[in-house]
Formats: sequence, C-alpha cells, structure tokens
Amino acid sequence: MRHQSRIAFILLLSPLVLWLGLLILIPHVDMLLISLRERVSFGVYETSLTQYKKALTEPLYLRTFWRTAVMSVLATAITLLIAFPVAYYIAKMAKGRLQQVLFMLCLIPFYVSELVRTFGWMILLRETGIVSNLLQWTGLADQPVELLYTDATMMVGLVYTSMLFMVVPLVTTLESLDDSVIEAGYDLGGNGLSVLREIIIPHAMPGIVSGCIVVFMLSLGNYLTPTMLGGKDSLWFTEMIYNQFIVRSNWELGAAFGFMLLVLSSVIVWGMLRLTGRTLKETMG
Amino acid sequence: MTPDLECVDLVKRFGDTTAVDNVSFSVPPGSFFSILGPSGCGKTTIMRMIAGFLDPTSGDIRIKGGSVLDTPPNKRPVNMVFQHLALFPMMTIAENIGYGLRRRGMSRDEIDRKVDEALDRIGLPGIGGRKVDELSGGQKQRVAIARCMVLEPDVLLLDEPLGALDLKLREHMKVELKALQAAFDTTFVYITHDQSEALVMSDQIAVMNAGRFEQVGSGQDLYYRPGTPFVAGFIGESNRWKGRIERAEGGVMQLRTDTGLAMRAAGAALSEGDNAEIFVRPETIRLAGSAEALSRFDNQLKGTVTSLLFNGAASRVLVQDDAGEILEVTLPQSGEFASLKRGDTVHIGWAADQAACFGAA
Repeated sequence: MRHQSRIAFILLLSPLVLWLGLLILIPHVDMLLISLRERVSFGVYETSLTQYKKALTEPLYLRTFWRTAVMSVLATAITLLIAFPVAYYIAKMAKGRLQQVLFMLCLIPFYVSELVRTFGWMILLRETGIVSNLLQWTGLADQPVELLYTDATMMVGLVYTSMLFMVVPLVTTLESLDDSVIEAGYDLGGNGLSVLREIIIPHAMPGIVSGCIVVFMLSLGNYLTPTMLGGKDSLWFTEMIYNQFIVRSNWELGAAFGFMLLVLSSVIVWGMLRLTGRTLKETMG
Repeated sequence: MTPDLECVDLVKRFGDTTAVDNVSFSVPPGSFFSILGPSGCGKTTIMRMIAGFLDPTSGDIRIKGGSVLDTPPNKRPVNMVFQHLALFPMMTIAENIGYGLRRRGMSRDEIDRKVDEALDRIGLPGIGGRKVDELSGGQKQRVAIARCMVLEPDVLLLDEPLGALDLKLREHMKVELKALQAAFDTTFVYITHDQSEALVMSDQIAVMNAGRFEQVGSGQDLYYRPGTPFVAGFIGESNRWKGRIERAEGGVMQLRTDTGLAMRAAGAALSEGDNAEIFVRPETIRLAGSAEALSRFDNQLKGTVTSLLFNGAASRVLVQDDAGEILEVTLPQSGEFASLKRGDTVHIGWAADQAACFGAA
C-alpha cells in the first residue's frame, strides 16, 4: 500500500519535474553559460563577462533596454486604468446575462491569433486605412494620415493585447466584494472617491497586483506588436534579442540580453510586490 | 414630540410588482421599532428606502420632521447594520469604527478617543488593533453597531443582523441588542422574519405581508389581539379552521367548522352566515383527564393522543377528536401529564375569548 502510493506520487510529480527541468532549468542554465563566454577565434571560446559589458556600455542597447522597461510599465498602468472601470462594470453593475455577454466580448478577440489581431489594427490605422479615410471623408484631414509606426500606436496595441489578462483577475476579485460592504461605505458617510480608495481598491489589490504582473511580463516579452505597430524609433528589447540570435548569429550577446530581460522583470515584479506590501504567495494563491 | 422617523404613504414598484404598497408609520424617539414579515414581503425594500439606497415611487420619508428624499445615503442621519454586517475586512476594528468619523473630517485624536469610547461601550475595550476575521460572530455584531453609533445617527436601521448567528448566541444577542439600544438611547428600526426577535426586543412591531402593514402594535397586542387572520397565523402557533357562523351574540360567535366541529369564539363585525377563519393557540387549550375539570370552558372536546412532540418547554400533544380532527395542544410541564402516552383518552377545552375568528371570503 505504502509502496503503491509512493509510485503514484512519483508518477504525479514526474510531469512537473520534467517540465521544470527540460523547459525552464536546462535552457536557462544553457543560456547563462552561453552568455558568459566569448568567441576568441573560430570555434574557440573563453569564459568572460564581455557580453554583459558590451550590453551595458553600448548606448543603443542600454537605451532600448530602459525604453522597453518604461514602456512596459506605462502599458501596464494604462491597461489597469482602462480595465478597472470595465471590470467594475462587469463585476458589480452588470447583472445576469449582460454580465456574461460583456465577459465574452472581452474574450472574443482572443479567439484569433495575435498576428491576425495586429493586422486588424494595421487595416484600421494605415495610411489608406479605415480611420484615415474616415478623417478625410469628414473633412478633418485633407490628405491621407499615417497612424501606424508610432509609440502611441504601439501602446494601443500593447494595451489591447493585454486587456483580458487584467480584466479577468480584476473581475474575479471585485465579484468577491460583497455589495453591502460598498453600501456600508456610503451609508457611513463615504463618497464615491473615498469608497473607491478605502474599500474597493484595497479589496481588489490582489487582483490588481496579479493582473499587473501578468500584463507587465506579457508587454515586456511581446515581440509581435512592437515590431508591427512600432516605428523605427520604437525598437523593443525582444527585437534586439531576435536580431542577435537570428540575424547576427551572435548567440552570446543574445543570451546576455535574454538574461538582462529576466533580471529586469524579476526586479520589477519584486518591486511591485514590495510597493503594495504583498507576498507572491498571497497574490497568486 | 416629532417622531424620529416617519414614513408617509410609501410606495415602491418594480415594474409591475408593488413591493411596498402605501405604507405609513411613525417611530417615536428612543424606541425600538420592528418590521416583522415573511421573506419577500417588502421589509428590506422599506429599509433600503429609508437608508437611501432606493428611491420610493411615491410617498415621503421624514427624519426628525424633515423630508430626506433628496438627501443621498451618505448624508442621511441614518445608519444601517447590514444583514451580514458588512464590516470592512481590509481594515482593523478601530479603523472600521473610525471610518465614518474620518469621513466627517474629525481630527485623529478625537477619532481615537471616540473609537475607544465606543469599544468600551460595547464591552470590548482594547480590541481596536485586531482584524475583523479574528472576532467571533457576537463581537462582530457589536462592532457593526458601534461603527454606526459613533456617528450618533437619529435612526439606526438593522437588517436581520442576527440571522447569521447560531441559536444560543442569537438568544443572547437579543437581550444585548435591547440593552445597547437603551444605553445609546437611539431609535432602532429592526427588520426580521423571526417573530421571537421582534417580540422580545421591540416596543412596537409592524407585521408586514405582501407589501402592506397588517397590524402595528406592541408584542402583546399582536399576540393576544391579532387584528387580521395573517397576524393571528403568523405570530405564534395556531390550530386553524375554516367555518361558518351560526349565531352571533355580541362579541361571541357560535360557529361550525367545515369539518363539522361546533365551537364558540370571539370575533367582532361578523354576522350570521358569514364565512370565518378560526385560530386557537395550542397554549390556550387546557388539557385534563376528566370532563369536569373543564366545565368553565365554552369549548370542550374528548379525544385520543395520537402523538407526543417533545421539545422541552415547547412540547406539544396531538389530540384527535371523535370527528377525526387533530389539534395541537401545549403539554404543561408541571408534571401532571408526565405519564401521558399515545392512545390515552384526554379531555381538552378552551375559552371562547381565547379563540379568535375573522371574516373570510
């Protein structure tokens, strides 16, 4: 009996161990090793920190690194600002069928691939696109308007892509807030703002933090949206990783970039948790 | 004296359904007023209108003489203890109690002082730093009341706040609530579907049914002198029959029930040939071993015990009379019927003025 349960335990655990080992641990260890070597001549490598030195001294790399970080934080903040009222409406104001329909509407864009969704934005926003034509037709513009390839467009794309991942945790936490607690907030003299600040937001904090973490990571690691909607100037850090690995075949520098991105996201997530005084355990479970 | 709370011709419709149908009442200062009714009778709707979460379709709500219809809930001098208390789980007890004071922009020191005072008052000094979920049900209850009372409202509304407590604690809290009400000397408006809560605590009770007030009065009024068949059936337990009046002699009616039982009952404004509903409480029926002991009662029956329902002080005997009618009779706990068992023959009787009859359609 004991023996059997031991086998069952091992069987149950093995997928997790395989997953952790094969997909996370081994690739990352290998990446780390690659990032720590330098090619001195054909087929000869030496261990050194050159790649990191290069990454941290070359202004283009550094600038892209920080830009990606700041833009991702910004995208997360904008997503939160837009998603919160949406989630509040779905969770607290909409009733019954409407609630389900609205929730589905948030989900539907995710039925198609991210690539197709991004092309959708391009159809809308390009020079000969729908918005441009509409502006000309109404007389607001006297020539075709190019709305693509700017930071703002890229931001729109990032927010749109991340929306669902913010709305879902927010709806879940807001739904668990008893209506009478909100009413009690008003009953005892609170106004809309103070009820929001003292009751609704503290209650929704786990959802806010987990939503922000997911959205931030998605934005930071996004490749498609910045590449397709962003301009020449809005280079994303993932594009640089891609360039090093695929275009330049410089795996060493690419791996170093990858590690920098990992460290950056870890630091920002940790900072976010510290700032809100939460532990990862509370937020995720 | 102006009443603390006055509702005038209050009506609330939701689409086609009328939840509150022309209700008027007034609550004198410092009294404990209960609205008692089955679930869905509209009592919560009244309470939410008083608190300001719902607008009445028509009618007026006045607090201390002034209409509050245009006052939003956060400005009304009314506070509410919610059914599940609705304490703020993200705050400590002291922050919960101080919430309303902070909203009024009171200084920190003064808030701390008032919160301590309130905690003393509810008998829980020194728990201010604790979290809501560290308290027991009864303690939460008291905190919820203190949270409202620090704001010194003109009227405190309580929406079935004892519903979530277990029986023993509920019994205890009934007494405690009444004591708190006396200590704070504030008008309480209490809604409940539990008649015992209403009867024990209230100065005045309004029995509500299908959107209307059936009767307003003291607990004794409602119990001894029910004004409508609904009140007679809702407050306390009753044996009930439908019948026809054979003879009316002033306030006493000679009736025959549809099952053929002849009896005398008290009832006004009824005349010969009217249909009637008759209510007799199990505790007003006297149980005896022989017919002689019941000679002073207008109604007497002989029957067999079909079952004994033991429930401590509220034990009952089911007695079946010769016509097959089954009556519930309270079993006296004085010992004389301790040996009563199924199949025994007993005599039962009750006075005409203990049987209430009302006109029926």
